[in-house]
Amino acid sequence: MSTDVLIDLLQIIMLTLTTVVVMLVAGFKREHGLVNVLTTAGLTACLMVFVFIDPILPLQATELLYFDEYSLFFSGLIIFGALAVSILAYPYFESHNDLNEEFYILLLTATLGAVVLACSTHFVSFFIGMEMLGISLYAMIAYPVHAEKSAKFPLEAAIKYLIMSGLASGLILFGIALIYALTGTMFFNDLTPAIEAQGVASSPVLLAGWIMIIAGIAFKLSLVPFHIWTPDVYEGAPVPVTAYLATVSKAAMLAVTLRLLLVSDAFQYDALMLVLTVMAAASILLGNFLALMQSNVKRLLAYSSIAHLGYLMIVIIAAASVPDILTVESMGFYVTAYFIMSLAGFAVTSALSNSGKELDMISDYQGLFWRNPWLAAVMITVLFSLAGIPLTAGFIGKFYVFTSGIEGSLWFLLTMLIIGSAIGLYYYLRIIYAMLQQPAKDLKKDPAAQAIPFGTHAVLASMTALIIYLGVYPMPMIEILQSIAAAF
Amino acid sequence: MILVWLMLILFVGGIAAWLSESRGSHIPRVIALFAILLDLALVVLMLVAPGVLGLADVGTEISHGHGEWLVLFQADWIPRFGISFIFGADGLSLLLIFLTVFLGMISLGAAWHEIKERSGFFYFNLLWTLAGVIGVFTALDLFLFFFFWEVMLIPMYFIIAIWGHENKEYAAMKFFIFTQVSGLLMLLSILVLVFLNYQATDLLSFSYFDLLGNGLSGEIGMLVMLGFFVAFATKLPTFPFHNWLPDAHSQAPTAGSVILAGILLKTGAYGLIRFTVPLFPDPSELFAPFAMGLGAFSILYTAKVAFAQTDIKRLIAYTSVSHMGFVLLGVYAWNAQALQGAVMTMLAHGFSAAALFMLAGGLQHRIHTRDMDKMGGFWGVAPKMSFMLLFFTVAAVGMPGLGNFIGEFLVLLGSFQASVTATAFAALGLVVAAVYSLIVIQKVLHGENENNYVFEDLTFIEMSCFSLMMIGLLWMGLYPQTMLDMAEPTLRSLGIAFP
Repeated sequence: MSTDVLIDLLQIIMLTLTTVVVMLVAGFKREHGLVNVLTTAGLTACLMVFVFIDPILPLQATELLYFDEYSLFFSGLIIFGALAVSILAYPYFESHNDLNEEFYILLLTATLGAVVLACSTHFVSFFIGMEMLGISLYAMIAYPVHAEKSAKFPLEAAIKYLIMSGLASGLILFGIALIYALTGTMFFNDLTPAIEAQGVASSPVLLAGWIMIIAGIAFKLSLVPFHIWTPDVYEGAPVPVTAYLATVSKAAMLAVTLRLLLVSDAFQYDALMLVLTVMAAASILLGNFLALMQSNVKRLLAYSSIAHLGYLMIVIIAAASVPDILTVESMGFYVTAYFIMSLAGFAVTSALSNSGKELDMISDYQGLFWRNPWLAAVMITVLFSLAGIPLTAGFIGKFYVFTSGIEGSLWFLLTMLIIGSAIGLYYYLRIIYAMLQQPAKDLKKDPAAQAIPFGTHAVLASMTALIIYLGVYPMPMIEILQSIAAAF
Repeated sequence: MILVWLMLILFVGGIAAWLSESRGSHIPRVIALFAILLDLALVVLMLVAPGVLGLADVGTEISHGHGEWLVLFQADWIPRFGISFIFGADGLSLLLIFLTVFLGMISLGAAWHEIKERSGFFYFNLLWTLAGVIGVFTALDLFLFFFFWEVMLIPMYFIIAIWGHENKEYAAMKFFIFTQVSGLLMLLSILVLVFLNYQATDLLSFSYFDLLGNGLSGEIGMLVMLGFFVAFATKLPTFPFHNWLPDAHSQAPTAGSVILAGILLKTGAYGLIRFTVPLFPDPSELFAPFAMGLGAFSILYTAKVAFAQTDIKRLIAYTSVSHMGFVLLGVYAWNAQALQGAVMTMLAHGFSAAALFMLAGGLQHRIHTRDMDKMGGFWGVAPKMSFMLLFFTVAAVGMPGLGNFIGEFLVLLGSFQASVTATAFAALGLVVAAVYSLIVIQKVLHGENENNYVFEDLTFIEMSCFSLMMIGLLWMGLYPQTMLDMAEPTLRSLGIAFP
């Protein structure tokens, strides 16, 4: 193994090292604060490492991993998300009075899986990364199950996620097997030449393989009709884990999916495009409609995430006829924007909650703007951003979706997007309106009375600043994304 | 740069007002007043003595290929998509900016004693709405225009949702969703326009100047044009997109209604004149008969609906829609008289509707009801207020000698050349206007004061506001040439032939 490879692997190596160190420390001395600091420091180091050492790009490091600017960008995003979750988790679990240390080990292994996904151009690393992420998540969701006053239904949520996610993994594995049987390769890049060489382009078995893989991915991304687990899991999991699930796990999956589809040129199958189009339209409509009925903020955000993933699918479908550069740019921007606003949104929920009591009903937010203007201002920014109002990152993201959709002439999906956004406004405004109302008289229940630690403030402030910065002056970000897109 | 300053003063003033609340609830309004007066001074200087600010005179304008601009500011924003900051003002924009800042000052007068709770955040929203509107009137990059179009919406939503009356949630939500969704249609249209232009000319740009003369026609041209039209017709508003307006108006606090009726509605009309027709001349010509019919229908239909109201604010709101029908009619007649008339109607209606809403709001503040059935005989209780109500109602009806008459007369004169039928129906609107206006006068001012309401007459601040608006309307009615001369170069540059 050459030094070049080692340098590129630095992030993964440091992540592994942090995991081991945290495990050992937790084994010798159980102290929540120490473990949290170690995890946070380790993740920060991973995030910063490529600032000081220039990686050699692009480089195939071992059979399984491929490093280029695209993978580096998404790894960075993933580690950034994990870092924020680690900071948010401390106050949340501090009140837990149980064994908290293992949570951070799981967080680190899940992140490792996500980074592997972002660097994957091979079906094997795709599957390994996905499972590493998934299996850690089962345990993370169920983590507070022993707490006396646990968050609502962690066990139920974990089992639901376990079964659904296991099914999805099975589907993907079967799909991979079918494709491998026909082509004899597992490299994304070799798929098209192999299919041509074997003359199996029109084979129904190949299509079946693709459809299975797409269905499995749709499970993980919670696209309709594979979305059923999402609201229950979002609601049942502890808030920091919900935040992780909504951001890191989605971003990692999207990174590998886009690469798979772009590199392997799967867009040539009309049936596959039809499936994707139907899923996108259904996700947008159903996600938004069901979000209308929710009175729980976590469930509402779950349905809204289904809708947002539907918007993102427009970019992926448009990739069939749009230059790859625009697709990667649109996708990168939307994912980043969505990543940041979800994190900020869950950070607010997290600041209001602890593992003993989660304040996640819309009625809990009544009058928040007057009781705690800062938290409410963050939440309002997030909700406007989710709704795609100018001045926020969400608007530029939506602008990119529109751009891709128009270049790809996807008029039907764009109509769905407009209808979906209209419905979306209604439920986002409902939360905003609740926050603007007079506070309830009963001050004992005042959730804002809880002291918010510095770390949470830092997360809130940086996310809000990013949402507005990206919305007002997106140019630096666009330049970064364009350099990433050059990889394709 | 002066245009950017106009907005910056309001943005910064808004933030300062919000922050100053902790030092006393009376400080925000003083800061807001200061910011608005500063802006007003700048605008007046631009109108009267542009030389002092180093600007070109109205006579010698900066030429920029298309159109004549008094002030132009340009800087890159998102070069990836050819998006830049382009702010420009010509005669039409300047008139509307003056209207904005002037009515901003009036709305401050309306809020002065009415807003007691959370005043810092209120004045923040007030100033930001005004800044957003100035942005709309000056942005000449379509992305930037859309940006401000949405920015002015959010603070207005807060104003209705926080300081509104009994049914504010419904009204605020409806207002936001109507405007936002129609705005998204416009965004879609803007993007389609830009990409079609990109394919044709290989120039990716959102600049108004680059997109003029895109030559879009046929089915796609019509669809793209309709996207713009729906957004502007919703804001104007015209039947069938007017639904949000009565709710928003009746629930908003007085200052909010003043801004909504006086300024925000004018952004729709401005959009039609500045963007819809010039960008899509061919589709607009095809669409014109339909739009004029819609305008005429809107005038009569909403006038009839207004007649049926008992809520005084809802009644005034419907009359607003009716008057805006004249603007729609005038714009799509697209000749010198009709367009001059549309501009005059925009300005005059800005004053008269703002004054009427302020009177209705003042009444509600004093007797806590908007139900006209409960009012009556107020002439004896509050003679000054009653006089003002009579004056501005008569102005709205179109009494010769006041601004609204000039506007509506010119519109009818111009549109008669374009469509006799539509004009004939629209002219009936003047008759119906007299009916619904007299109902207000009779119910509120005449008759018995059955509930024995006794309340304070107009305060000094209110009197000053009304007097200023009165002077404005008289000026427009007696010497409209001032405004007509300012709007003329703009209209000429849009290809209108003047006799």
